Amino acid sequence: MRFQKRTLMAAAVALAAGTAQAQVSDGVVRIGVMNDQSGTYADLAGPGSVVAARMAVEDFGAAKKGMKVEILVADHQNKPDIGSNIARQWYDVDKVDVIVDVPTSSVVLAVNEVTRQKNKALIVSTGATSDLTGKACSPNAIHWTYDTWSLANGTANAVVKTGGNTWFFLTADYAFGHALERDTEAVVLKNGGKVLGKVRHPFPSSDFSSFLLQAQASKAKVIGLANAGADTTNAIKQGAEFGITSGGQQFAGLLVFLTDVHALGLDKAQGLLLTEAFYWDLNDQTRAWSKRFAQGHKGAMPTMVQAGVYSAVLHYLKSVEALKSDDGPKVIAKMKEMPTDDPIFGKGMVRQDGRKIHPMYLFEVKKPSESKGAWDYYKVRATVPADQAFRPLKDGNCPLVK
Amino acid sequence: MANAQSAMVGTRAARADLRPQWIAFGLMLAFFLVAPATGLYAVFLMKVMCFALFACAFNLLIGYGGLLSFGHAMFFGLASYASAHAAKVWGVTPELAILAGTAAATFLGVLVGLLAIRRQGIYFAMITLALAQMIYFFCVQAPFTGGEDGIQAVPRGRLFGLIDLSNVWAMYATVMVVFFGGFLLIFRVIHSPFGQVLKAIRENEQRAISLGYDTDRYKLLAFVLSAGLSGLAGATKALVFQLASLTDVHWTMSGEVVLMTLVGGLGTVFGPVVGAFVIVAMANYLAQLGAWVTVVQGAIFVICVLTFRRGIIGELGHWLRKPL
Repeated sequence: MRFQKRTLMAAAVALAAGTAQAQVSDGVVRIGVMNDQSGTYADLAGPGSVVAARMAVEDFGAAKKGMKVEILVADHQNKPDIGSNIARQWYDVDKVDVIVDVPTSSVVLAVNEVTRQKNKALIVSTGATSDLTGKACSPNAIHWTYDTWSLANGTANAVVKTGGNTWFFLTADYAFGHALERDTEAVVLKNGGKVLGKVRHPFPSSDFSSFLLQAQASKAKVIGLANAGADTTNAIKQGAEFGITSGGQQFAGLLVFLTDVHALGLDKAQGLLLTEAFYWDLNDQTRAWSKRFAQGHKGAMPTMVQAGVYSAVLHYLKSVEALKSDDGPKVIAKMKEMPTDDPIFGKGMVRQDGRKIHPMYLFEVKKPSESKGAWDYYKVRATVPADQAFRPLKDGNCPLVK
Repeated sequence: MANAQSAMVGTRAARADLRPQWIAFGLMLAFFLVAPATGLYAVFLMKVMCFALFACAFNLLIGYGGLLSFGHAMFFGLASYASAHAAKVWGVTPELAILAGTAAATFLGVLVGLLAIRRQGIYFAMITLALAQMIYFFCVQAPFTGGEDGIQAVPRGRLFGLIDLSNVWAMYATVMVVFFGGFLLIFRVIHSPFGQVLKAIRENEQRAISLGYDTDRYKLLAFVLSAGLSGLAGATKALVFQLASLTDVHWTMSGEVVLMTLVGGLGTVFGPVVGAFVIVAMANYLAQLGAWVTVVQGAIFVICVLTFRRGIIGELGHWLRKPL
């Protein structure tokens, strides 16, 4: 009892000292996890991201250090107006200091603007648009786990280098699909590969048969899927029915997550090539961390973006501690200054334009016979070293980079 | 002579009938004036007003004209794109941006209306839905809408070049003026001879034709009015949130406005406002519940349909025996 009282007092003193410097706003660091809790992206981010954020607070030892950290959760339902409304309300009314995660590019760009206006902090893990470190880059935001450029580059580069030198593109017919196709094609050509053809499918689409037949007839070694979500999984499922993989061709998914592979099953997804920043079975550290995560998340292994939320929150809290302040742009600046180190991505850093740098991996989905158990899905085909994994600083046209 | 007299008596009776509606209007005005002071969040209230205007415009068509449009998102969404584009790319003042959005929606309303009003019931709904899907795919593809990303970081600008709308209260006042202006216009239309003819068409179109009314003209005018006012709501919303995105033009938005009108009370003056408040509040304040949002929304809708079919305001009006 007595001991408890003393620690409490110590905590209070520490807190008082903190507030005496008038740094951590109202004495509590509030982290808002905003994502899709019930829709398309609920599995790959959703509640799992919240689990990861809580783990980060725990592992940082906030309670022991006398730092009060609160986590708020909201479902933006993939609608930018709802996301922007929540962000405003969080910053203005609920005194949230940092928003993390945020899938869906339209929502993340909206929240990015609100964060800039309110001069707070935003760390994006699930949102993919590389504009966040390009023309929309901001002194209030960091893009943590991956972006569209790194996926296109990682997949195309590594696939061509490991022999997949002829490509056929199956592209969703809208701006996102076009951009993904354009970026990937450029890398394929640069590495000496050839694009044998491409076909655009309406977005969203449920019948891919005619497109898949064209892809099959092209005899390209690799069929690049420049689409996302349900379009990708539908194309892969129907591709399995057409015997595309068993006929010697391979799908390269440009935006596929571990949970998508889990939902597809190895039977359908086998042979699929994809790029991710993290996989639970990479090394001892990731295995140990992921096991703890799975215990807190109904046995499901973490996706790269959930792991990214952990890594981001941990680094955020370290920076707040070092700075003794939770002022948005100052913490972001501190995060860029301090090197990162965690069990997820190992050692890394945050670049001037807000891009977190770490290696990316090209994975191939295992055959059912190779898999040793639940969630044993990937084998590493290639590693993209950190200095090549992301878009070079000068190519982003980020106004922060002089 | 006798005819004129009875008509005058009729108007007087109608005037007397309007008293509860004016009281309700006063209450609504007071609510939106006082609400921000009670701790309700201003941006949330602005969103409520935008959607309330949208639902009122929709209600004008279904509640009074008997035409169920299932594509109103096209007017709302296209106007928000037009207004966002005007404000961001052309750099015009906010009132012109809102005007541009409204004009775009009105123009689209004329085109769609000419095609759609030739049919009734489910066919009308299907035609509007089909045309709305075409507009949706246009917005997905067109370069100026930014596809999935939408138009972001739209400047609110200075109203008439003078008042800085980045101040939340200036924006709030502007939205209030837009909403109450639109609402009063709808109110006036409903109680005008034009509105009476619309109701007659809703009840029995054949009879209205036999009485000598060119029903197509009335229906088209109602459709264009509804489209224009939906556009006004969408254009204002684009400035409030400083963004325009595919959400606004997606068919679920057309469904949402039907839901708002049904929950509030179809064919009532204030129902859509209350319905919009309920639905927007659910989307907003239940966001903390995570996956439960949709479940709760569904449950509330089922309860609504099972227990008060006239909608909240419809039931209230029925209970008070006053049309609200």
